[in-house]
Amino acid sequence: MRHIISLLMENEAGALSRVAGLFSARGYNIESLTVAPTEDATLSRMTIVTSGSDAVIEQITKQLNKLIDVVSVMDLSEGEHIERELMLVKLRAEGEAREELKRLTDIFRGRILDVSDHTYTIELTGSRVKLDSFIDAIGRDLILETVRTGASGIGRGNRILKL
Amino acid sequence: MEMTGAEITIRCLQEEGVEYLFGYPGGAVLHIYDALFQQDKVKHILVRHEQAAVHAADGYARSSDKVGVALVTSGPGLTNAVTGIATAYLDSIPMVVISGQVPTFAIGEDAFQEVDAVGITRPCVKHNFLVKDVKDIASTIKKAFYLAKSGRPGPVLVDIPKDVSGHKTEFIYPASVNIRSYHPQGRGDSALIRHAAQMLLEAKRPMIYAGGGVVLSDSSAQLTDLVRLLGFPCTNTLMGLGGYPANDKQFVGMLGMHGTYEANMAMQHCDVLVAIGARFDDRVIGNVEHFAQVPRKIIHIDIDPSSIAKRVKVDVPIVGDLKLVLTELLEVLRASRQKPDAAEMAAWWKQVDEWRATGGGLRYKNSSEIIKPQFVIETLHKLTGGDAFVTSDVGQHQMWAAQYYKFNHPRRWINSGGLGTMGFGLPAAMGVQLKHPGETVACVTGEGSIQMNIQELSTCKQYHLPIKVLSLNNGYLGMVRQWQEFFHGNRFSESYMDALPDFVKLAEAYGHIGMRIDNPADVEPAMKEAFSRKNDLVFMDFRTDSTENVFPMVPGGKGLSEVVLAEDL
Repeated sequence: MRHIISLLMENEAGALSRVAGLFSARGYNIESLTVAPTEDATLSRMTIVTSGSDAVIEQITKQLNKLIDVVSVMDLSEGEHIERELMLVKLRAEGEAREELKRLTDIFRGRILDVSDHTYTIELTGSRVKLDSFIDAIGRDLILETVRTGASGIGRGNRILKL
Repeated sequence: MEMTGAEITIRCLQEEGVEYLFGYPGGAVLHIYDALFQQDKVKHILVRHEQAAVHAADGYARSSDKVGVALVTSGPGLTNAVTGIATAYLDSIPMVVISGQVPTFAIGEDAFQEVDAVGITRPCVKHNFLVKDVKDIASTIKKAFYLAKSGRPGPVLVDIPKDVSGHKTEFIYPASVNIRSYHPQGRGDSALIRHAAQMLLEAKRPMIYAGGGVVLSDSSAQLTDLVRLLGFPCTNTLMGLGGYPANDKQFVGMLGMHGTYEANMAMQHCDVLVAIGARFDDRVIGNVEHFAQVPRKIIHIDIDPSSIAKRVKVDVPIVGDLKLVLTELLEVLRASRQKPDAAEMAAWWKQVDEWRATGGGLRYKNSSEIIKPQFVIETLHKLTGGDAFVTSDVGQHQMWAAQYYKFNHPRRWINSGGLGTMGFGLPAAMGVQLKHPGETVACVTGEGSIQMNIQELSTCKQYHLPIKVLSLNNGYLGMVRQWQEFFHGNRFSESYMDALPDFVKLAEAYGHIGMRIDNPADVEPAMKEAFSRKNDLVFMDFRTDSTENVFPMVPGGKGLSEVVLAEDL
């Protein structure tokens, strides 16, 4: 099953490689991994999207907690949460398709960031499923380039991952 | 007063009460060696290879309750140390390794003797540090010792660039450590402990399975009290030997791949199993699915949450310091009016004793013609009364030492259980002998393993370490040969060692005494002679039966009850 694991860790050189190394050394999957400092510059917040049986996810959580630099770990998918991912897509936009592509972008609540004679560059934010749907709707023939950040996640309501 | 980073490093070791520093100098640690030279509190032991420095620090730590400390230079110094670090990591040994690094301004330039020490060791340390500012040396070393010893112990690497060890700053050693992301568990959950106690009291076929955690946490007394209070059978893992006295009637021997029949059968067929500081590894329970075929309740007590439910499902997980958890469990049991059901216990013991009889425990056919390796270990046990420190290398001799030397005390059996590092025995014995001068330290090895760190005979000479080396020389890499016999159609691919040195002359060349023993009748007299030489290292080259195999054996991937006994073949 797909899980979104959030963690707070010391914002120190090498901390990311400890997490990435753990996943490769123990053969765990990583679908995506995002990381950036928090409002407290000494801490980084990481969101890892992974998959595995309950036993594997339990081990992943425990092994992450065992890393000395990791301050706290939460499996967001155990409760209500919000997941967002940012995607930039460059499309071939020529002739009549230009209007249709703009309409689709509006429907998906995307924004056109850059326009040239032959291309649109679109920004889209949402869950993985929404971004995938947009790609399907456009059709792969028109896609010149995509770049995705991987998911960031946060718990709903009082579910807070703090120091 | 301002001090250099190097002086601070050595001062920190003094503050930590470090007696011995095992190391080897080189360019990146010259400042540190210079600081070492100008003091006499920390004694340096100059090894002949960095791997041996780490193993010696490891042996020192295993045989005491202290942190082992090693010092190596950058590049090859560090890479040579990696096997030693990984050995300590797999067996959770508290250790601090200090490595030199190229100067900070040269890092990343592929400088001479540069290697990414933190990157290379990351998967085999509890934690590691690259110190980039001289102001951070003292607090980092303080943290390193704290991390190494607390919680589940393990090796910690501190990498110090050469310019950092040369820079100056004020020396302030922190009185305490606070790492906001690290809070090892102390006491266990009381509700779970009470639940476990009730489960134990109601068990019909209980089993106590204790591992290296008991030794590391110095909880042998609590374990022994628990086993005796309940009257249950107890087994130890390879790492846990000595955690429960082997001469006690409730001890059913070591379990696992080369464990006793009774230990493995009791493990397989018990209805309540309590695992204490053990981790159900593949060499212990074999095939997980086979183990799960028999339903049983499992109580697992361990300091490391990630050891629990890693390979087997657990009913009562108790995370905490073993000593505290066992003490609380004992209190609960003593306060309870309930006792284990006497009739059930009698029936269970009858079954265990039947397994003991049918399996034959440990058996081999002795010979008057050729030396049986088991006989050498039995003689060693007899002559030392079971009180020696025994280090071993890895292979058949290791298993025979574990099986036939009956350890009654913890921290006496020093072997590389997790990583299985050949070449561990002799350097580990150096650390043990330094920690325990005047005590008998025997290194049980083979002609294969000993050659992986034989250069340390020179270190032993320099520091007058009267280790007794018992080499079970059968001309083969015995365990490899055994697997080739069983599973590879007797095709002994590269397991025979031709052109072995004359070990007697070799020992003599290093300034020691060498003995070659060919006849079974000479085993005991030779060993007596060797042990009477209190101040000498004696290398005993026992020419043993090359066809002898280690039994019982649970073949790899099989279940605990699918054991092969000696007479099956």
